[in-house]
Amino acid sequence: MDLLGFTIIVVKVLVVFAATMLGVLVMIYAERRVSAFMQDRVGPNRVGFKGVLQPIADGIKFLMKEDLVPERVDKPIFILAPAILLIPALMTFAVIPFGSSINLFGREIALQVADVNVGILYVLALTSISVYGIVLAGWSSNNKYSLLGGLRSSAQLISYELAMGLAVVSIILLAGSLRLNDIITDQQGSFLSWNIFRQPLAFLIFLIAVYAETNRLPFDLSEAEQELVGGYHTEYSSMKFAMFFMAEYANMITAAALTVTLFFGGWDVPLLDEGSLGLFGALLSVLSFILKVAFFLFLFIWVRWTFPRFRYDQLMRLGWKVMLPLALFNIFLTGGYLTIKALG
Amino acid sequence: MATIIKSYEPTFWDKLYLPALMRGLIVTFRHFFRRNVTIQYPDQKHIPPEGYRGLHRLNKFPEGRIKCVACEMCSAACPADCIHIIPGPSPWDGGKERYPVRFDIDLLRCIFCGFCEMACPEEAIELTEIYDFSDYTRDDLVIDKEGLLEVYDLTKDQNYYTKNNLSKASSVDTPIDT
Repeated sequence: MDLLGFTIIVVKVLVVFAATMLGVLVMIYAERRVSAFMQDRVGPNRVGFKGVLQPIADGIKFLMKEDLVPERVDKPIFILAPAILLIPALMTFAVIPFGSSINLFGREIALQVADVNVGILYVLALTSISVYGIVLAGWSSNNKYSLLGGLRSSAQLISYELAMGLAVVSIILLAGSLRLNDIITDQQGSFLSWNIFRQPLAFLIFLIAVYAETNRLPFDLSEAEQELVGGYHTEYSSMKFAMFFMAEYANMITAAALTVTLFFGGWDVPLLDEGSLGLFGALLSVLSFILKVAFFLFLFIWVRWTFPRFRYDQLMRLGWKVMLPLALFNIFLTGGYLTIKALG
Repeated sequence: MATIIKSYEPTFWDKLYLPALMRGLIVTFRHFFRRNVTIQYPDQKHIPPEGYRGLHRLNKFPEGRIKCVACEMCSAACPADCIHIIPGPSPWDGGKERYPVRFDIDLLRCIFCGFCEMACPEEAIELTEIYDFSDYTRDDLVIDKEGLLEVYDLTKDQNYYTKNNLSKASSVDTPIDT
């Protein structure tokens, strides 16, 4: 690889990383403000204009806190667990295309860190790894509440992951490829070619599974403040706790980006050919991607402050007895449609 | 009489749950745009309604003489036993009248029941609307006669908090600090 290509990749990695971390900061602020508005409160409004510097104040507070490692925890795992959660959360974004391509220095640069041809598999694999972070954190804490939180997380994993995977299968059937770029190209055109209109059932299943995946309400069983103190992160303090926090928001951003890519045409601006507009078209596509992701992030917060938590057996029942059969049915429908189409 | 209770059978529409979820989302979304009810406390203070029972005051006659005659009805009525009065001959009228030499109220003991103002035959002791008079030591929370008279000056004309809200002073010293 030549030097220019290498530089471009490094720049892309840095930009995506910075954007994700900035997104995390924005999300911390947005979560607190939006939740406040939904409860007719004001929320943080003292640090900076309307409280926008609140996440930075939070970060400084976390840095100043004592980094406590309780006695008799499994120390190496205890220290490793937050990293196991955070790193996959940040890595997942690498394959998600956040815009069309731009022409710079005489070459075409795709706005995506890595164009992996099994993109979806990569995403599903990495998001599953992050569950290990939660399970290990719960296990190593030597605390019964944390352990229960970790156990619940693994129970949750087996109940939503299958349905989620099967919902994605129907998308892959339509696009005929595992590459996320191909899936986006498949959805280009008018509004109606977006997968949400072609696969509404898959979208619903995927959306519900995504909430379980990111440990957000109504499926935040592994945290469950009311029952499990803090769940898997009960024993964590200082930056280690902040890492769990950042991982949660980074996961949310990735999950929202994935939802947009799979069902809302990714960076596609409806009724517009981005390629013909050059650099402006590329910027427009990035903007459309950001707006769509922002909507789903808002939906995450909105849902959190609306619905109560599911019980653990209710989630299992929903996953196995409702979502899995529905996802299979949906694959059957999609397969039938494609077969009929192929036959003419 | 027997009441016939119809048990509710959820219909298919109910079992979908999605319409109910949508309705829930709409409720929270509507609240998103509703005016919030927060009072930004130190900048903006809650104005208590008429009849609020807060910090005490000792009333004065227009010419400035204290109304209290040290009859000790208030300290007798006080269920918390927080009013301590030392009576003495008045400095006016050649000492023919009683007047309080000392008049101390232990605000940490006081339960703000208002019995003292009901017991007072001279309408000398009254509870005001002042509620933010916290301090650092127990001794500082015993208010004496001078303090109580000062509260009268602060509250006689208008509500203490309307005044402070107008000037928007964020650090208002209550008479206790002085």
